[in-house]
Amino acid sequence: MINFLILPILIPLVTGVLLIFASKRIMLQRWIAGISSVIAIIFSALLVQKVRVSGIQTLDVSSWEAPFGITLVSDMMSALLVLTTSIIAFLCLIYSFWSIGEAREKFYYYAAFNFLIVGVNGAFTTGDIFNLFVFFEVMLMASYVLLVLGGKKAQLRESIKYILVNVISSALFVIAVAYLYSVVGTLNMAHISVRISEASQGNPPGIITVIAVLFLIVFGLKGAIFPLYFWMPGSYYAPPAPILALFGALLTKVGVYSITRTYTLFFYHDTGFTHQLLSFLAIMSIIAGVIGAIAYWDIKKIIIYNIIIAVGAILFGVSAMTTDSLTGSIFYLIHDMIIKAALFLLAGIVIAIAGTSNLHKISGLIKRYPGLGWTFFIAALALAGIPPLSGFVGKLLIVKGGFEAEHYWGAGIVLMSSLLVLFSIMKVFINGFWGTPRAYKEEEKVPVGKMLIAPVILIVIAVFYGVGSEYVYPYISQAAETLANPEIYIEAVLKEY
Amino acid sequence: MKTNDIILQTATKVVLFLIVLFSVHIFFAGHYTPGGGFVGGLLTSGAIVLLLLAFDMKTVSKILPVNYIHMIAVGLLFAIGTGAGALLFNVPFLTHAFGHIDLPVLGDTSLHTATLFDLGVFLVVVGVTMTIIQTIGEDE
Repeated sequence: MINFLILPILIPLVTGVLLIFASKRIMLQRWIAGISSVIAIIFSALLVQKVRVSGIQTLDVSSWEAPFGITLVSDMMSALLVLTTSIIAFLCLIYSFWSIGEAREKFYYYAAFNFLIVGVNGAFTTGDIFNLFVFFEVMLMASYVLLVLGGKKAQLRESIKYILVNVISSALFVIAVAYLYSVVGTLNMAHISVRISEASQGNPPGIITVIAVLFLIVFGLKGAIFPLYFWMPGSYYAPPAPILALFGALLTKVGVYSITRTYTLFFYHDTGFTHQLLSFLAIMSIIAGVIGAIAYWDIKKIIIYNIIIAVGAILFGVSAMTTDSLTGSIFYLIHDMIIKAALFLLAGIVIAIAGTSNLHKISGLIKRYPGLGWTFFIAALALAGIPPLSGFVGKLLIVKGGFEAEHYWGAGIVLMSSLLVLFSIMKVFINGFWGTPRAYKEEEKVPVGKMLIAPVILIVIAVFYGVGSEYVYPYISQAAETLANPEIYIEAVLKEY
Repeated sequence: MKTNDIILQTATKVVLFLIVLFSVHIFFAGHYTPGGGFVGGLLTSGAIVLLLLAFDMKTVSKILPVNYIHMIAVGLLFAIGTGAGALLFNVPFLTHAFGHIDLPVLGDTSLHTATLFDLGVFLVVVGVTMTIIQTIGEDE
């Protein structure tokens, strides 16, 4: 079936539309959403296997041949990200059943949730730069709904900021695409790559570098790199845990994916400037993130700043542009999506029990909730990259790649940051879980056991991802190979070139 | 305050049908010439807004007892369905089919699946516009 790669986009889209009709019937909504996301996981897994066996899959939508129409392209990287997204979506969904509350469920929560997944999967899959913009917008529209749903004062305040930032960056995105189009005369990503290579025989024209930096600003705003992350700690702080987990695990990663895609496929001619800049910003993101993560005494804030650190580490690997570092980046990207989702969901349980996210007011949770405590502990170790858990392999490869590319300073900072990440997350563990237990007001109402299902599954996946990295490695290295050699991608899309 | 809007109300009763008919014309014109579901939808919602201005929300919802949010969903289903129909024939998503068919009365007519897609767009546009306007209008 040639339409295989559109199914992870199509399934949540149809589900979202059907859920609009069922908006007042909560059980029906849960069943429809749950079953459809299981189906989506199955098809994404099959897609990964298909890409593994028979190479990059492409689909010329509406039968317009590439490069004239919109082409969807599933290479290994996008297929893996789509699979990860589908899994995280399913787990955030079942977590929502017990935590999001009836009011939201009746107000199109599940529909918006599915539309968000449409946008994310679409952005990962598309092979057309303007279509990427469209999927960004789909994703953002849904995220506006999810952010504002509930209508608390903090949510409204942060929604205004979030919408403002994203409207501006979307405008810049269109401008950047227009510049690029005016230079290369095409929107198909593989074709853009060919045209840029032709234009920059030996010496790339300056305008291409300008466009590269513009794209970095646009995607950097979505992906929260230094100094463009300013909006994130506030905006991500407002919504409840499952939405926060979705945002933290998926939305920023779409920005990171887009930077990776454009900087490996388009702008690899003037690496002396563009990739140096990227590497500098990545290192600065790590430093800024570490400072934030250590400084705050608030669970949510600490994990949110950890997103920025992870984004920095991933992009540092991308900027080194060796096969090893790219492999490491993809490895770490997927690890980070899983572990951030798990951490946010766990933090959600802690906040539900304690009624606050302030670490000074929480203590001794492990006495009464040992399951929660130990899950959080493993998640914390995995986040910091303690071998053999999932963060280790990715970071090892990123650092190795950094040394190979002779970015000694950068690689050293990535290494050092692991220690401080461990410190920041252990601070949560020590203050929140150790010490004398306290009595909390709302404690009895929280279905801790049921809420733990999703994060425990995520942690199990993370552990297997780390321990079984030998089995995962062939997939990741296939993904990195496509990134390191754009010809493979171009050949798969354009065929005759 | 009660305003005397007899002129507006009387004119609306006639003009409404003209606008709706014109929007249908524009909708079908979009088949091969400028027009289509988007403008058609906007014109139709323009007509409904005129109705809202001339009368009030209660009267209009009695005349048109439509849940506009469901209308959006139905429109989306039309659009997605047209695209997903391609999956049955194992051709790329959104691939359309067309042909000339001899219909009774109308004679030789060219039929295109894009019209179904456009119908979806039409419903979505009307649904979205009316949802927005009603939500703002309800505030008063």
